[in-house]
Amino acid sequence: MVDLLRIENLSIHYDGRSLVSGVSLSVNVGERVGLIGESGSGKSLTALAAIGLLPEGMTASGSVRLAGQEVIGTADRDVVILRGTAVATIFQEPLTALDPLMRIGDQIAEVLRRRARRDGRSASRADIAADVMRLMARVALPEPARLARAYPHEMSGGQRQRAAIAMALACRPSLLIADEPTTALDVTTQAEVLQLLETLVREEGMGLLFISHDLPVVGTAVDRVLVLRAGELVEEGAVAEVFDRPRHPYTIDLVKAARAFDRAIGAAL
Amino acid sequence: MSLIDLTAVSFSYGRGRRVLDGIDLRIEAGRNLGIVGESGSGKTTILRLLLGLALPTTGRIAFNGAPLDPGNRSFMRDFRRAVQAVFQDPYSSLDPRQKIADIIAEPLRSLNVETDISAAVAGALASVDLPPDAAQRYPHEFSGGQRQRIAIARAIVSRPELLLADEVVSALDLTTRIRIVELLKTLSEKMTLVLVSHDIGFVALLCHDLIILEKGRVVEQGPAGSILSSPQHPYTQRLLASTPRLPDFA
Amino acid sequence: MTDAIPTLARASSLRLTPAFLVGAALVGLHVVVGLMTLLWTPYDPTAMTGGRLALPSLAHWAGTDRLGRDLFTEIMIGARIALAVGTGAVAIAAVIGVTIGLLAAFASRTVDDVLAATLDILIAFPTLLLAMLIVAASDGASLGTAILAIGVAASAIVARLTRILARRVLAMDYITAARVSGTGWLGIIRIHVLPNIWPTLIVNFALQFGLAVIAEASLSYLGLGAPPPNASWGRLLQEAQATVYTAPFGAIAPGLALVSLVIGLNLFADGLRDVADPTRRRR
Repeated sequence: MVDLLRIENLSIHYDGRSLVSGVSLSVNVGERVGLIGESGSGKSLTALAAIGLLPEGMTASGSVRLAGQEVIGTADRDVVILRGTAVATIFQEPLTALDPLMRIGDQIAEVLRRRARRDGRSASRADIAADVMRLMARVALPEPARLARAYPHEMSGGQRQRAAIAMALACRPSLLIADEPTTALDVTTQAEVLQLLETLVREEGMGLLFISHDLPVVGTAVDRVLVLRAGELVEEGAVAEVFDRPRHPYTIDLVKAARAFDRAIGAAL
Repeated sequence: MSLIDLTAVSFSYGRGRRVLDGIDLRIEAGRNLGIVGESGSGKTTILRLLLGLALPTTGRIAFNGAPLDPGNRSFMRDFRRAVQAVFQDPYSSLDPRQKIADIIAEPLRSLNVETDISAAVAGALASVDLPPDAAQRYPHEFSGGQRQRIAIARAIVSRPELLLADEVVSALDLTTRIRIVELLKTLSEKMTLVLVSHDIGFVALLCHDLIILEKGRVVEQGPAGSILSSPQHPYTQRLLASTPRLPDFA
Repeated sequence: MTDAIPTLARASSLRLTPAFLVGAALVGLHVVVGLMTLLWTPYDPTAMTGGRLALPSLAHWAGTDRLGRDLFTEIMIGARIALAVGTGAVAIAAVIGVTIGLLAAFASRTVDDVLAATLDILIAFPTLLLAMLIVAASDGASLGTAILAIGVAASAIVARLTRILARRVLAMDYITAARVSGTGWLGIIRIHVLPNIWPTLIVNFALQFGLAVIAEASLSYLGLGAPPPNASWGRLLQEAQATVYTAPFGAIAPGLALVSLVIGLNLFADGLRDVADPTRRRR
């Protein structure tokens, strides 16, 4: 069986400087993989390289295969098709993914229509509208009929991220890449969105690549984790193994710091 | 003796919705206070009130027992010297056109503090573990964590009694975060801290007392230990349950 | 940081583009020539020194006008007038514009709305129309009224730019920190606002200078600028109009002078912008 995502020996250069070097990772069907790194670690660049969206001027070498198809060196128009079918991405700030001048329902419908066209299906307006309602209910947006007519700025941060997730689901991707999806959200909203992601990934049987600087968040969202530092992988393994017995000094520092915050509220457990 | 008292304080913008409603709180010297709330809780407004940057719509604010009087220059000078602040975004809180020495010296100059300014700046830099030669450089030459140290140096150079910190570690990496926590812990031996944050774990590391805010109201307040071990209000319980923690494997 | 407010690089890191150097050279040439006329000109600008409408020669580099005056001398004096008008107008625009812009930035919502609307109306007003009104309201056309009219018109644009730039600075946390540090509003303007908006304003001043030179030429062309015998380029162009088919050089020479100064100022401003704006600076 082909991996949903297989990155081998990925390096990213910009202006003669190396930003990511020799990163390899893979995500299988039903697998939840976490990529941990602090600012400047190259974690988001790795995600962008995976979907062939590196910023201009950056060059990637090595191999990135989405559903078996090579992304590096492939013309963008061929990668676009993969981005609509094999993989969907949600980002930290859902506003960047949403069109500020378009109602949420229309934005989700647009994705559904594109998907139908690509599959060579014809979808009636009623079908699309029903699918929009189904997706909005799926991501637990309250009062879907009302919110479908709302513009992004009329929604809360948590609702916007749910809408972005609904758009991602509309592509029916086999792999979901989530780059700091809850960092901009309140703690209680974050817990709800994490719960939602967990449920969706499990029920839809998607693979998940979850990228975050936040150890506890990654710890609750994935099964396997990789630690990235200054563009290089320093440690990888099962969540339990890495967080319980970190081996690399950097991971040891990270875990120690996270545990200190946990201990402070530990009394409440 | 309390440093700052808020009595029945409410605040609304113009004729709009109440952002704060009936807040009573007391900041006592030597007892670090954590103000915890999510977006829309009114925590930023409380911070602005505590700093005298906004005045309550109703209710009273007192500093050292005397009502806050923005029109009284000498009163405000004493107040500003005693109450300083550090902000969330270390990239926005330092003027890019100023040398670090001038950034840190600003409170001394503006408040006419009679002191050897360069010695005071050197002292403040040493307190935040930055080398003396940092004084002659510009903000863009420093990392986020270092900038936050510079902002802390500016806040402590006038030797305040109270240091207000608004989400000071939210923008920082985990490893940098823990070092700033250690720095604040050291500083709290000399001054009282008020930490405003959404992050209950960070606040719990440094504070004796907690206030939990929800939609402009205090839903729970008391010693940190008792709130964390037996939260009474459903919102506090939800907040604690939502806070992600590393899985325990022991 | 993506929304960094541009800062002028310190002299050591100033990167001089060829365009900037060409612009600076053109502007410098006009400045030198303009200043020189205070001490010396090839001929007396009012004296009839040769045949009428003579072609350029060794004695008369740009030929003579229809009264037989030396055109090169008149163009040199025109440079002085253009520079005087530019300097005066930009100075007026800077003082009025920056003051009003700062007031609007600091003002309450209502005052700011009124000021912003007033500025928009002023900006929509053609400079020439405004100049005519000012000339009509004063004793008559003079160099002073031209400078005043152009300066007032430009100050609306400077005010609007200042207001936007100052608002952006005032939203930064270091302004809140300054207030907490006890710095008053005047101190905040002096220490934080002006140094941070200055680089962008300077670039705009250079562009406004070029526009003022053109505006002055237009006013003079219409007879609303400095009256004779002050040889403004615009008046030279207007005088040459009648003979443009028989003696085209009378129009070409002052035209070249005008175009070279304005191009020089624009190149200079663009070069300044590249230095001032870190996002446009290549490494």
